[in-house]
Amino acid sequence: MLARRIIPCLDCDLGVPGGRVVKGIEFKQIRYAGIPWELAGKYYEDGADEIVFLDITASAERRETMTSVIKKTSRSVFVPLAVGGGISSVEQAREVFNAGADKITLNTSALKRPELISEIAEKYGNQAVVLAIDAKRRFNIEEGRKVVQTEKGPCWFECSYYGGRQFTGIDAIAWAKRAVSLGAGEILLTSMDRDGTYEGFDIPLTDTVSKIVNVPVIASGGSASPDHMLEVFEKTNASAALAASIFHFGEWTVGSVKSYLKERGVNVRI
Amino acid sequence: MAIVIVDYGMGNLFSIYNALDYVSGNPRFAHDPQDLNGADGIVVPGVGAFGSCMSQLSRFKDSLLEHFQDGVPMLGICVGMQVLFDESEENPGAAGLGWISGKVVRLPDSVMIPQMGWNSLSIKQPVEILNGISDGDMFYFVHSYYGQPVDSSVIAATTDHGVEVTAAVTKDNLFATQFHPEKSGPKGLKILKNFVRATQC
Repeated sequence: MLARRIIPCLDCDLGVPGGRVVKGIEFKQIRYAGIPWELAGKYYEDGADEIVFLDITASAERRETMTSVIKKTSRSVFVPLAVGGGISSVEQAREVFNAGADKITLNTSALKRPELISEIAEKYGNQAVVLAIDAKRRFNIEEGRKVVQTEKGPCWFECSYYGGRQFTGIDAIAWAKRAVSLGAGEILLTSMDRDGTYEGFDIPLTDTVSKIVNVPVIASGGSASPDHMLEVFEKTNASAALAASIFHFGEWTVGSVKSYLKERGVNVRI
Repeated sequence: MAIVIVDYGMGNLFSIYNALDYVSGNPRFAHDPQDLNGADGIVVPGVGAFGSCMSQLSRFKDSLLEHFQDGVPMLGICVGMQVLFDESEENPGAAGLGWISGKVVRLPDSVMIPQMGWNSLSIKQPVEILNGISDGDMFYFVHSYYGQPVDSSVIAATTDHGVEVTAAVTKDNLFATQFHPEKSGPKGLKILKNFVRATQC
């Protein structure tokens, strides 16, 4: 049986030499957490199953900084590395793969041009393409929306892009399905309502998406304790849980979270 | 001494290069069959589909067989393990190396395809390259097809993904894994270390 994965996420500000890891609250206020390749090495030693790097500045001119971060990391970190932020062509994806990334994550560029998913999947395989979705609850139900029951009533989920700064009007659940049919091998599903709030994952959202797609779903946004991870694994089919703040600033390490989960019957790699 | 990674143009080999370098394997790439000469160990990585791998690998075929018969330690990884078989359901008609008789088949539709993630090994025989690895240790898999050898005595380890999946095979100086040791953390590095040690004997 496949283990449930624990994935630390490094939000990278590449506007300074070598880059730095930061973390925002609800996509806004920013705190400094460390140096990307150093944190990646620490999380690897602690037992991370995979590491995600997101370039939050998402600018083409800074991609060289990201590739140098990945090159440096991949010399001593031997778990899958996923890289996202500002990748909008097969050529740009190639640069990142050549630096040592195993997967790329797409968000804005795939929403603007969905064929990009197929183009990269055909060249590098479906397993190398992760579709990242930033989803926001909307309680004004309109016709044609995939409605989900939540603790606050029925809602639908709207996709955001440009790092949460703009909304698309696109239904996140329909988009997840379509992206998989185009070749996305995994969905990184972030709840914008929960991100940085420490209230736990959006269970209705994660449950719905992980049931309708046949690829792994990575739950993201809102976890502040191993209990939140336990909850998402017990209540949904999520294959992995992604978190940042709990590992950057909290009292929990990747290893202690995994031990906690294992003691409670979750199949994790120790 | 050197471990030679067969580079037959099928994508990203930095991971396996970095991992072998990390365990002091002194890796280098072979771009042509003659680059295999003098190798103390040979790694056959694999990315992409069976058919395209075989068409790219075919020019190395004779040289690889020669080194295999000379007893040079060899390690196949992922599709680099699948190409050892006779054929694959992925590309019917494409002939594999045929060093291990049997077929590569698709995972059943009842399970998540590809199998992507960490799964535990069930060790079937105590080969030296698995020294330090125990039943239940987890390794990183990414694949949609798996090998079914005619002679099950070549199976070194299996994993459970709805069906019993061949996770590693062994034959004389050859060892091959369906999982990626270069992406499997300290346990994966342990296997690569054991392989490097075997090349030094």
